Amino acid sequence: MVLVYSDNKKITIEILSKASEIAKEQKKKVTAVIIGKPDENLAKEYISYGAEEVFIAETELESFKSEEYSDILASIVKETGTETILIGSNKNGKELSARLGGKLNAGCVVDSNNIYIKNNKLMAERVVYSGNAIAVEQFNSTPAIITVPSKAFDSLKKDDSRKGEITKKKIESEKSKSKILKAHEMKSEGTNVEDAEIIVSCGRGFKDKGDIKLVQELADILKGKTVGCSRPLAADLKWLSEEHWIGLSGHKVKPKLYIAAGISGQIQHIAGMRDSGIIVAINKDPEALIFRSADYGIVGDLYEVLPKLTDAVKAKMG
Amino acid sequence: MNIIVCAKQVIDVSEMKVDANTKKPILQGVPQKISDIDKNAMEEAIKIKDKHGGKITVLTIGPADAKERIKEILAMGADEGILVTAPDNIDYFMTATLLAEAIKKIGEYDMILCGEASIDLFSGQIGPRLAGLLNIPQITYALNVTAEKDKVTAERNMGDMAVTTEATYPALITVTKEINEPRLPSLMQILGAANKPINEWTADSLKSGLKPLVETVELKGVSMERKNIVYQNDIDESIGKLVDSLAKEGVIGR
Ligand SMILES: Cc1cc2nc3c(=O)[nH]c(=O)nc-3n(C[C@H](O)[C@H](O)[C@H](O)COP(=O)(O)OP(=O)(O)OC[C@H]3O[C@@H](n4cnc5c(N)ncnc54)[C@H](O)[C@@H]3O)c2cc1C
Ligand SMILES: Nc1ncnc2c1ncn2[C@@H]1O[C@H](COP(=O)(O)O)[C@@H](O)[C@H]1O
Repeated sequence: MVLVYSDNKKITIEILSKASEIAKEQKKKVTAVIIGKPDENLAKEYISYGAEEVFIAETELESFKSEEYSDILASIVKETGTETILIGSNKNGKELSARLGGKLNAGCVVDSNNIYIKNNKLMAERVVYSGNAIAVEQFNSTPAIITVPSKAFDSLKKDDSRKGEITKKKIESEKSKSKILKAHEMKSEGTNVEDAEIIVSCGRGFKDKGDIKLVQELADILKGKTVGCSRPLAADLKWLSEEHWIGLSGHKVKPKLYIAAGISGQIQHIAGMRDSGIIVAINKDPEALIFRSADYGIVGDLYEVLPKLTDAVKAKMG
Repeated sequence: MNIIVCAKQVIDVSEMKVDANTKKPILQGVPQKISDIDKNAMEEAIKIKDKHGGKITVLTIGPADAKERIKEILAMGADEGILVTAPDNIDYFMTATLLAEAIKKIGEYDMILCGEASIDLFSGQIGPRLAGLLNIPQITYALNVTAEKDKVTAERNMGDMAVTTEATYPALITVTKEINEPRLPSLMQILGAANKPINEWTADSLKSGLKPLVETVELKGVSMERKNIVYQNDIDESIGKLVDSLAKEGVIGR
């Protein structure tokens, strides 16, 4: 069996298409797992996107805890003899998969965007060394666990005539010794850097939160309307939300045009934007690493360059 | 409070070169260092020890030359080092198993600290894997840690969620880069570290016959060719040229 799980519906649907392909080759069934309240509508939706079976693990658990969720998945895997486990690669999914790997003594590859079978072995590719290489990983045993980031695979076309079985079962899990005291969603402005065609990004070269308007104005003129940033601006200074954070530990983007202002170009930042079409760098330090990763660069003070560039682009676009 | 800090020796990815023909990364001769965030884990361990007393043990699975790296952590303030010597190409299953066996051999512990992910391969697997093997609670992506006598609390960065989690001991915590600023040891501390014990255990003595469940069969290169046209004279002229180039590239325009 090929098992698919994520607490994010969109990623589950994307993974279902890859899971169907692997299942066909292995002559196995694709099962989507829902943990929590029995949501039949969601189950039906998963079936319309390719799940041949939906397993609803009914629990009373209030919130996500890896200790308990991995226990539930481990029971399902053991009971059904699952060989392949595909899990959505958000932070919950990653810590869940790794713990499950520990519990089951199973191999695990995180953040894979290419999964296939070669010589009867399950293979998963992932980016390593901050984008300097792609590792081809081969599983030598089952069960095999792979986590899949969003947008790695296109979902199947929704087809309401697809048939599938829905199984509901109460599953007891071991009670975790951890307790969630507080959980709240981070403020979202609905920014989506991953889909953006043009991104203007800012880094530590900015002296003040208010100065971010300089990149916002350029982004607006470029009709990109999308502002990105380096890790310190989102994680240390919190000038921008996590949605804007680009890099190894943030979002991976590939716009047509990526403009980096006041960003030094450390490899962990490059890892998130190296697949962009054209890369432009603005930095006052001629030695800045970012120029080595850029198509075009301007050496200068961003406080002078950005307003002038905004005006010049405005003039050019008419 | 007995704290175990797991620290990995990694190659310095920013010093890595790529073969001009094959585009494959060259792994030989790259400088080695302690994975960045493991130093944040160590710094946090010192803060907790300062408050509660106890002992900090740094634990590394790696090649024999990782001993030099362990000395850096001892200089920061760890009391003792343990190096489990293992072959190069071990997988996460083997690393976590060896860490778990070493920790069982150490015996008493209240807290295990790991980095959110190692800087070379950036998986973030070992922390949760190890917690699963030891069957203890895991608190991932900690932005801060408050250790009290009988429980530990942390605020965590879970991406679109901010979560505060509490656990009893023993617990495993993975820390983010933002949690603190790792200290730079003084010359005195560096010299003092030479007298601190580093135990070397072999992988086989902890668990024999381990085989990887996942094998890296190939490392494919990725090309990163850029035009590298840099304008550095008159700003107005540079901007004019840049805008013309971008229009020619077809990325801006009506
Ligand atoms: C495990 C790990 C994961 C990481 N993940 C990420 C990630 O996902 N994304 C990320 O971005 N980073 C990440 N980092 C951090 C990364 O290593 C760098 O520290 C970070 O990218 C630096 O941010 P910066 O370029 O904004 O700041 P700095 O490195 O401080 O650079 C600021 C730049 O601005 C320039 N500047 C200053 N003033 C001006 C001015 N007036 N005009 C023009 N230029 C000016 C300076 O010359 C300098 O080049 C990670 C690090 C680790 C260890
Ligand atoms: N070989 C190792 N020895 C000791 N600790 C390790 C080792 N590999 C990983 N770790 C720990 O696990 C964390 C996450 O590593 P990784 O799963 O490789 O991203 C690291 O930050 C370390 O704290």
